[in-house]
Amino acid sequence: MKNRKTQLTIILLIVTIAIIAVLNITLDSYKIKIFTLCGIYIILGLSMNLINGFTGLFSLGHAGFMAVGAYVSALLTMSPELKDSVFYVAPINPFIKVIQLPFPLALIVGGLAAAGIAFLIGAPVLRLNDDYLAIATLGFSEIIRVVITNTQTLTNGSLGLKGITRYTNAWWAWGIAILTIFFMIWLIHGMYGKAFKAIREDEIAAEAMGISLFKHKMMSFVIGAFFAGVGGGLLGHLIGAIDPNMFRFILTFNILLIVVLGGIGSITGTIISATAVTILMEVLRFIENPINLGFVNIPGIPGMRMVVFSLMLMGVILFYPKGLMGRAEFNWDYFLKKKFLRNRKKSA
Amino acid sequence: MDLELFLQQLANAISLGSLYALLAIGYTMVYGILRLINFAHGDIFMFGTYMAFYMMTSFMLPWGAAFIIAIILTIAFGVLVEKAAYKPLRNSPRMSIMISAIGASFLIENLAIVVFGGRPKSLPVPDLFNRIIHIGNVSVVSITFITPIITMVALAILMFIVNKTKTGMAMRAVSKDYEAARLMGIDVNFIITFTFAIGSALAAIGGIMWGLKYPSLLPLMGVMPGLKCFIAAVIGGIGDIRGAVIGGFILGLIEIMLIAVFPELTGYRDAFAFVLLIVILLVKPTGIMGKNIAEKV
Repeated sequence: MKNRKTQLTIILLIVTIAIIAVLNITLDSYKIKIFTLCGIYIILGLSMNLINGFTGLFSLGHAGFMAVGAYVSALLTMSPELKDSVFYVAPINPFIKVIQLPFPLALIVGGLAAAGIAFLIGAPVLRLNDDYLAIATLGFSEIIRVVITNTQTLTNGSLGLKGITRYTNAWWAWGIAILTIFFMIWLIHGMYGKAFKAIREDEIAAEAMGISLFKHKMMSFVIGAFFAGVGGGLLGHLIGAIDPNMFRFILTFNILLIVVLGGIGSITGTIISATAVTILMEVLRFIENPINLGFVNIPGIPGMRMVVFSLMLMGVILFYPKGLMGRAEFNWDYFLKKKFLRNRKKSA
Repeated sequence: MDLELFLQQLANAISLGSLYALLAIGYTMVYGILRLINFAHGDIFMFGTYMAFYMMTSFMLPWGAAFIIAIILTIAFGVLVEKAAYKPLRNSPRMSIMISAIGASFLIENLAIVVFGGRPKSLPVPDLFNRIIHIGNVSVVSITFITPIITMVALAILMFIVNKTKTGMAMRAVSKDYEAARLMGIDVNFIITFTFAIGSALAAIGGIMWGLKYPSLLPLMGVMPGLKCFIAAVIGGIGDIRGAVIGGFILGLIEIMLIAVFPELTGYRDAFAFVLLIVILLVKPTGIMGKNIAEKV
């Protein structure tokens, strides 16, 4: 049985890769960009779900970690000449100017930088719980943004970085997304994952059972921040330009929406909802543009997209708090028992 | 810095601090009763300012009437938010309620962008609030003095309600022990609605004063003051009204004075509050007026 499941997982993986390859060839460049964005949002959603869903820490600092990852990795892949031309207001710090790394390494360093910041933030913040944690992490993410806006020689301030080489393609985004999925499954099913869930269910009981609260909370927080940083790096290299205003609270809100919609504490749910929300964000652009029905002209309503998304979040939390999957996961047993095989959903 | 400039900045700081105090009271009262950060409070504040704007421009009302109607509408709006976003989740996990609060806040902000428009609107400032008063060599706009006075009056009324009336006693009981208060026959839902009404009224007063001081209205204008005032409430000791006022003044003073003394820090202005929050959470998490409560198993 176990063998069978591994086989099925491998088949699913191959099918997924084939789908990525096919989509990469058949779609036009705009749709490939959205498809790539889906992969990035899966990474971001999973990283937030690890902290908020599996460990039960209500952290709202994601935009800050993404900003750190995006800036560090972008500064590492930009060439010294490019940096000179981008930093035209104030000259760049000479040390940062000369270092340059290949894209994959830059992503990892970006993730590590975000994780490092999370480690420093975590020491004071993770002693708090619930709302205090939420507001403190939100505060830190704002502080990161303000610092980035004001450190002209490091980050080019509010002008942001432009002309970043667009290394991120569907392969990078989905490749890292698949790695993240497998890593999360491994983490959640292992000893640490059980400790995380124990903390989520009852902190005091978990502590009484000998689980070190601080160590595990910190671990979840730092790992989550690492993937957020990698996701931020991918995003920066997809769009090609980053500025501090990109990393406002609204970015955290979007990821929170993905996590809540998919089910707080479900990997499968996050994967599905990340894909759905990303596509929906693009599809819903039509309501912000003027619509011509032949006989009537409906003027576009700017801002309507976010109204729809806020309503979605409120609707789910008020009427269907479990989200799409609750805490359930995709499982081969269900299909094996029913002798009903469909390799549609992507998971392991 | 010479004395005149110092006095001018001090007046500004007290005026800003009293605005923060008005908003912080709303946070602290709701938190005291529901243990919930009302993320939408900053947006209720924004709503109040816009209502004053529309009453004065579209309905051409004199400013006194416009402000009173704006306050009443904001109270209704605050109560509506409570009924729609918080009441259905009273027995849900804390995280759900917080997500609902964040969702409500985003919904209001984006609806405001759709309905009020994203371009800044300017509140017409009545003469009374715009006079320049000269005291020696210091010249200050009259709103700077009016704001603290109105804050003090509002605070006095609030203290009377909370400490002397029967409803106020019920409010204190609910914030001490929700379950026990209900068993004693207190209509908890009414008390919560009442708390939101008071908080929204204060937010509306704060919003109108804010609009008279900085007459540029934006749909997202409530976000930063909202976050900062929650921090002010935490600094003062959340759940304590006097604490919220003290926290508001401390935050206003620090913001204005730090920039006055170190002008190069201007860009970091919005980060001060958060740094202060982290410091207070590390040093005295219960805030200045807060009491330590041991966690029950």
